[in-house]
Amino acid sequence: MKIPPGVSASDFAAAVKEFEDVVGKEWVFTSDEDVALYRDPYSPFLGEPDELVASAAVAPDGAEQVQAVVRIANKYKIPIYPVSTGKNLGYGGAAPVFSGSVVLDLKRMNRILEVNEESAYALVEPGVSYFDLYRYIQEKGLRLWVDVPDPGWGSPVGNALDRGGGYLMAQYRNHFDSHCGMEVVLANGEIIRTGMGAMPGAKTWQEYKTGFGPWVDGIFSQSNFGVVTKMGFWLMPEPEAYLSGTVYVPRHADLIPLVRILTHLENTRVTNGMPDLGSPLLYIPMIQEIDVWNEGGAPPPPDAELAELMAKSDAGFSPELEAYALRKGISYWSCKLSFYGPPKANEANWEFAKEKFLAIPGAKFVENENYKLPLTPEQREKVHKPQFGIPSLAMFSIGARTATNPNPTNGHMWFSPIIPRTGEAIFEANRVFNEAAKEFGIPALAFSLPSCYWERAFIFIFAFPVTRDVETNKKNRAAFKKLVQRAAEHGWGEYRTAPAYQDTIMSTYAYNNHSLLRFQETLKDAVDPNGILSAGRYGIWPKHLRKEPA
Amino acid sequence: MKIAGVGLLLAASLILADAAFAAPPDREQIERGRKVYDKWCFPCHGTGLGKPGTESLAARGQKPAVLAERTDLTSPMITQFVRHGVLFMPTFRKTEISDADLDAIAAYLTRNNKQ
Repeated sequence: MKIPPGVSASDFAAAVKEFEDVVGKEWVFTSDEDVALYRDPYSPFLGEPDELVASAAVAPDGAEQVQAVVRIANKYKIPIYPVSTGKNLGYGGAAPVFSGSVVLDLKRMNRILEVNEESAYALVEPGVSYFDLYRYIQEKGLRLWVDVPDPGWGSPVGNALDRGGGYLMAQYRNHFDSHCGMEVVLANGEIIRTGMGAMPGAKTWQEYKTGFGPWVDGIFSQSNFGVVTKMGFWLMPEPEAYLSGTVYVPRHADLIPLVRILTHLENTRVTNGMPDLGSPLLYIPMIQEIDVWNEGGAPPPPDAELAELMAKSDAGFSPELEAYALRKGISYWSCKLSFYGPPKANEANWEFAKEKFLAIPGAKFVENENYKLPLTPEQREKVHKPQFGIPSLAMFSIGARTATNPNPTNGHMWFSPIIPRTGEAIFEANRVFNEAAKEFGIPALAFSLPSCYWERAFIFIFAFPVTRDVETNKKNRAAFKKLVQRAAEHGWGEYRTAPAYQDTIMSTYAYNNHSLLRFQETLKDAVDPNGILSAGRYGIWPKHLRKEPA
Repeated sequence: MKIAGVGLLLAASLILADAAFAAPPDREQIERGRKVYDKWCFPCHGTGLGKPGTESLAARGQKPAVLAERTDLTSPMITQFVRHGVLFMPTFRKTEISDADLDAIAAYLTRNNKQ
């Protein structure tokens, strides 16, 4: 049996016995075989001595059991690491940041406590998955949609706490922003409720977020200040209809006005779904097309002339490449807009959007989908499901063996910097990351387009493959860290990352000698003096394990 | 090479043992297995578009590529993949798929095997 660092064998044995008394022997895992199930299958350290691994796991079945486990952990100073569903692959699985911690596996806490159709909210435990919540709503025939991430097998609680995003109307896409009310077990075992939940008998815990006084919910996301045991979410009432249309523009420089007009249309709520950028010329699919392309639905590959022009281009541009596009009538950029609402309103908003985009000479438009909702079974089969609140695993086609990819990977890690929401920033980021890739000796990154989950900033999402080859993984890890630094030099910070890079990224948020991190450490020392909860998560270490910022 | 040979022999003996001595699973166990399969396996290995597990097996030449249509799966094979993963398929913990659920999945996926 592996022992957590800094804990004596006798103390650990006593703690395990007490854990068993709380949750039942069946739900404390200490054998090598069982503990191995808590490895991160997408770890970039796979097979290396530095791989982050658990010493044991304990799976409580309710907030009271979480309180008891936390108190035992405090008594014996056992590091514990809560996970909800443990499926945050690419940003970390169930493995702890501090190797040797005991995983607090919350998967058994899988109760859907309330779904209110009229007020459009849900209250769930951390072990509830998006699939669970979706199926519950379907079985009950409720006209509500859940904003799901892609892929959708994680949990609303876990995804929101890691600040993930989805595809529906703007006010639901940021999953942390669309939560309303938490129940949290603190490191000392005490339980709190946030927002209106702090009032006994509150009638609006899931309807009014901030309650009275400081709003503390944010400190429980991407952190280690408590174990969230319940969380409320605002759900989207099923709209009457969905319409999508794509704007095509001909020239390289058109990306700048395309983004400017798009952002204005979003901020004025003319378009309310997630926009999706692509490039027909550069062979860049929109997000909603990725799994279709991977499943053999990609357009024909570029002809020899185009392939050569693309290879010779500088970050996706050359005058010759643009001349080719204009001669062949292939658009440089595309942007799909989504509209949820009454059919007439959707059509009017699309017409208005087209008028605005006509400011770009040569802009063309194609109306793609126009569905009355709910979808028919035939429509459901062919749509990009998360855009209709339907969880799916189709996105796992990235890196998988497919008709077009005979060499599957063993997973991936995401490099995800946030950049300004402008066309100029897209060009600059591509130039910077392309040059950096050459400098760091990794394959040049093809010209990429960011995702539009958030209304006020873009997010680039680059996949670094995880392989079974230790040397390749080492090289990719080093390149990843250098890219983080290079991005920071340009003022671009990552929004989320796997445990392997959390210290590196936190060190780039260094304003005023890391004053934000030092504030977080002050909080950590106050609320978790023994440092038992998720040591090191998102770069926040307890005092006894703290190192100087890099 | 020797080690690989032993591994293969062991796997073969497990498969034979499973085929030779396992009692036919009862209807209730198969039905339970179908439910667990639908929850945990179908989203990746089922029929229809957007099923990367099915797509991956099809790209490897596996026919049929949908797990529920196979007649050559064995309980040890299923346990191996669920508890150890393969390529981009992760492991599944016992809090997700218990040993009893795993037995039920095996009963469902081997229901059409020739005895």
